Formats: sequence, structure tokens, C-alpha cells
Amino acid sequence: MSEQALAHHFDTIEEQKEASSLGMWVFLVTEVMFFGGVFTAYAIYRHDYFNAFAAASHHLDIALGGINTAVLLTSSLTMVLAVNAAASGSRKALLGFLALTAVLGCVFLGIKAIEYGHKFEDGLFPGPGFRFEGPLARNAELFYIFYFSMTGLHALHMVIGVGLLAWLLALSRRGTFRPGYYTPVEVVGLYWHFVDVIWIFLFPILYLVGRHHGP
Amino acid sequence: MSASPHGSHPTARTCLVIYAALIVLTGMTILAAFIDLGSLSTPVALSIAGLKAALVGWFFMNLRAERGLTWVYAIAGLLWLAILYGLTLSDYVTRGWLSPLAG
Repeated sequence: MSEQALAHHFDTIEEQKEASSLGMWVFLVTEVMFFGGVFTAYAIYRHDYFNAFAAASHHLDIALGGINTAVLLTSSLTMVLAVNAAASGSRKALLGFLALTAVLGCVFLGIKAIEYGHKFEDGLFPGPGFRFEGPLARNAELFYIFYFSMTGLHALHMVIGVGLLAWLLALSRRGTFRPGYYTPVEVVGLYWHFVDVIWIFLFPILYLVGRHHGP
Repeated sequence: MSASPHGSHPTARTCLVIYAALIVLTGMTILAAFIDLGSLSTPVALSIAGLKAALVGWFFMNLRAERGLTWVYAIAGLLWLAILYGLTLSDYVTRGWLSPLAG
């Protein structure tokens, strides 16, 4: 099988596999720095304009955000179960868990789209149509610039993730993976969990700012 | 457990326990947000998020079974993030602490 073939620059299959996984980790470190920059910018402005950011955050829907957090955590569970299924060679379970993970990813994006729709209707999309009562409007708009760019970048990563899952589904249907070779499943899994981790931080910092003060 | 060439994966049972913990922690962070914790509000929210991220990394991303080189990269990412945050915020957050110098 060509997929399992040892490339000439590796000594063992084990080493080849580790190189693939390590490559994904290197990419994830660059992603940490990429998102880290946006998170730092957000932290600075939230520190400077805390009251405006809290007032703006109160317009986000905690129920939808919370449900989406649960959806994403569930998709991480199904992803890790997909990797387990691949490792134990059960193709049916692998196909099922990969499909479930992709569906949950799409559910997340669907709920996100509904949330975006609400924000457009309420005039909370930054730009000429932005409407916000009170003297904090200008800095509340800044909050929504961050909200849309951070969740937008995250959603873009989700779209790429769903695409990668579709690719894995196609490969597993062809019977490419077996207990000795499932590196792509494992590597896409790392990416999927990382995108989950980004959301784990986005949810509290965007949705839960100064909530105890009331609206 | 199948003997995977790349370290053993967590069992389905372990995964379910970790999943339950992640859901409970999500509920806790929402509850904590509605309690007046004063200046501790943000640290508490970020600590819960950090714990969740650690659980995902340790079990789901299987860092517990990884060897040295992967750890070097994972820690390098955190270290550089700490430099980014430490140096930037030590400037912005402390700006109001000193009264302007006379002159």
C-alpha cells in the first residue's frame, strides 16, 4: 500500500508518523501566535474601555453561545472517538464519528450564522449602519469589530476543518485507513481540537464580560 | 487498548469523563459570570478556560502520550504567548499607575 510506504528520508514508519504530527504542532504554534495577536489587541481595548465592552457584550446571546460551546465540545469528543476507531480498525465507527463531527461542525456554523443575522437586524454590525444607545456607542462599536473579526476568523477555521473532515470521509470510504496507518485522521484531529480550544477562550471573553452588573 | 505506534490513545470511557468535565466547566464559567466576584471575575473565567484547554490538550490532543519534541513545540507556543502578553500588558495596564512627571 502506497500510503504506508516509508519515504526514503525516514528510518522507520514511527519516525515518519511523528514527523507528520510534529508538522501539525508547528503549524498550531504559528496559529497560537496568530490568534494571540488578536487576543492581545482585544485585551488592551477591553482594559481601556471596560464599561463600553461590558455594555456591548450584554447584547450577545449567552444561550446560543453556550449551546455552541457544548456543540463544539461534543464534536471534539466525536473526533477523538474517530481517531480511536481508526486505531482499532473499525471502519464503520470511523465513518460514523467523522460524519458526526462534520455535522456538529455545520451545526456550530449554522447557529453562528443565526447569531450574525440577529446582530445585523439589531444594527450591531460595525459600519455606517451601527446603532447603539448612549454615550458608549463608539467604543461598543469597537467591541463588535473585535467580535466579528475574532468569531469570523474562528468560523473560517471551522469551515476549513469541515472541509478536511469531508476529505477524511472520502479517504475512509475508499478504505485508506487501517490500524497501521491513520496519520491524517490523527493530524486533522489535532487541528480540530485546537480550533475548539480557541472557542473555549472566545466564549468567556466575548459573551461573559461584566455580566453580573446586569444589562 | 490497541497498541498504536504513536502512543496509546485515551479509552472511550476516559474521553466521556473528560467530555462531562468540559461541559460542567462550561456551566461553571457561565454561573461564575453572573456572580459578583469583583476584580476576580476575569481571572476566574480565564482560569476555567485554561483548565478546559489543558484537558483538551492533555487527553484529546494526546499530549500525555507525546514525547519530548512535541512538548518543546507546545511549550514554545505558550512561552512566546507569555512574552507577547507579558511585555504588552505590562505597558498598557500600568500606564495609569504613575502620576505624570512634573515639567
